[in-house]
Amino acid sequence: MSSFIEWGALGQVLVVGLLVGAGIPALFALGLRLLAGTTTEGGAPVAGPTPESDEADAARRGPVAIARPTPARLAGAVACLGVVVGAIAFGLVFLVSGGH
Amino acid sequence: MVVVTETILLALVVVTALAFDFTNGFHDTGNAMATSIATRALRPRTAVALSAVLNLVGAFLSLAVAATIAKGIVDAGVITLPVVLAGLVGGIVWNLVTWLFGIPSSSSHALVGGMVGAVLAAVGTSGVLWTGVVSKVLVPALLAPVVAIVVASAGTWLVARLTRGVPQDVTSRGFRWGQIGSASLVSLAHGTNDAQKSMGIILLALIAGGAVPADSGVPFWVILSCALAMAVGTYLGGWRVIRTLGKGLVEIDSRQGMAAETSSAAVILLSSHFGFSLSTTHVATGSVLGSGVGMPGAKVRWGVAGRMFVAWAVTLPAAGLVGALCHWLESGIGGTAGTLVVFGVLIATSAAIWMASRRKPVNHTNVNDSWDGDAAPSAEDTNRQAVHA
Repeated sequence: MSSFIEWGALGQVLVVGLLVGAGIPALFALGLRLLAGTTTEGGAPVAGPTPESDEADAARRGPVAIARPTPARLAGAVACLGVVVGAIAFGLVFLVSGGH
Repeated sequence: MVVVTETILLALVVVTALAFDFTNGFHDTGNAMATSIATRALRPRTAVALSAVLNLVGAFLSLAVAATIAKGIVDAGVITLPVVLAGLVGGIVWNLVTWLFGIPSSSSHALVGGMVGAVLAAVGTSGVLWTGVVSKVLVPALLAPVVAIVVASAGTWLVARLTRGVPQDVTSRGFRWGQIGSASLVSLAHGTNDAQKSMGIILLALIAGGAVPADSGVPFWVILSCALAMAVGTYLGGWRVIRTLGKGLVEIDSRQGMAAETSSAAVILLSSHFGFSLSTTHVATGSVLGSGVGMPGAKVRWGVAGRMFVAWAVTLPAAGLVGALCHWLESGIGGTAGTLVVFGVLIATSAAIWMASRRKPVNHTNVNDSWDGDAAPSAEDTNRQAVHA
């Protein structure tokens, strides 16, 4: 049976596939979370301007977080999304170079 | 007279190869774009237009044409123009039948099946390299969806976990862009890989017919016509297949769509890098299934998936049967008449399948309609209509 299945190649596809194919969406999600994550799990705004309590209350439940992410979060998000963009660029180079 | 016969045969093989290329694009649009259409990241017609352009570009990107058909699967020495024609007809007919039933099945397997059938009819079992059939077609067909399901479900689970508590319309906007990006990569990969198959067939036919020298590169008109045939097929969109992939298997949101397409792109590119060739269709379908498996609370319609797996299993023998029948017909009648009859059969069959599809059309207006029950998209309704009529 081993002559019918190239276990080595299959293993490589599976392992690297998991790293890239699942890692990239995870990084993308993490990046978005950091960008959007101005509300904590408890719902209280982490940072940013705090206008009247009514509006803050609305912002907490509301769909769009108005507050800006902290610089640390922003840097994290840029790093995550940068890796994603880099991976796409690598995929493009791979295709163009005829590596398939 | 011999020259005329050869010329007609060559012309018909080229036209049929382009027709196969067209059905390939047509059938495989959904691999890249079904999830983006289902989550409304792109409007249906925008999605197919984008995919068509990327397929067109992809066809020009890589010119590493393998000038062999079904390499390692059939004995290269027995491939003649009539065999190629019969094999192509087998591939096209199976592609159209599966499209009619909205089943995403592998275009390359259909082509390989058609070729194997035609070779069997021409020279018998000695012309087929069975080890190659098992190791290059059957085993990858079993493994591709498994690998894709594992990768996509892991990705989807991570994404769902990481976006928990983030407002949905914030994530939706981001993930729609992610979806478009990853789907575009899949489209481009399809263009670079699959247009080459038709180019290879046409080049081989031209060499066999003496139209170009044996060491010839691919003439520009071949590249252009293959790229265009695939792009037009992609643009027309196999809406039935898109519907099954986008709506039939799993109800997906943009997070699942992004995870699924990224998984597809990664597995397709990696498998070709590591020399473990997996069918784009099988990977894309597995990824969509995986995005349902990995998403907490999502429901996978395993009934639809099961029907699809059955179709994958019969792709090779079914396309092979058509290929074999065509070759018997061709050689039975003989000469130009035989070739013309087979070509006529192809046109008649295609027209009949198209007519059947008009009874319950699926197009850009209803591709996203809600999916009722566990049924295949149109087969059962068509049957019901037939019974009532």
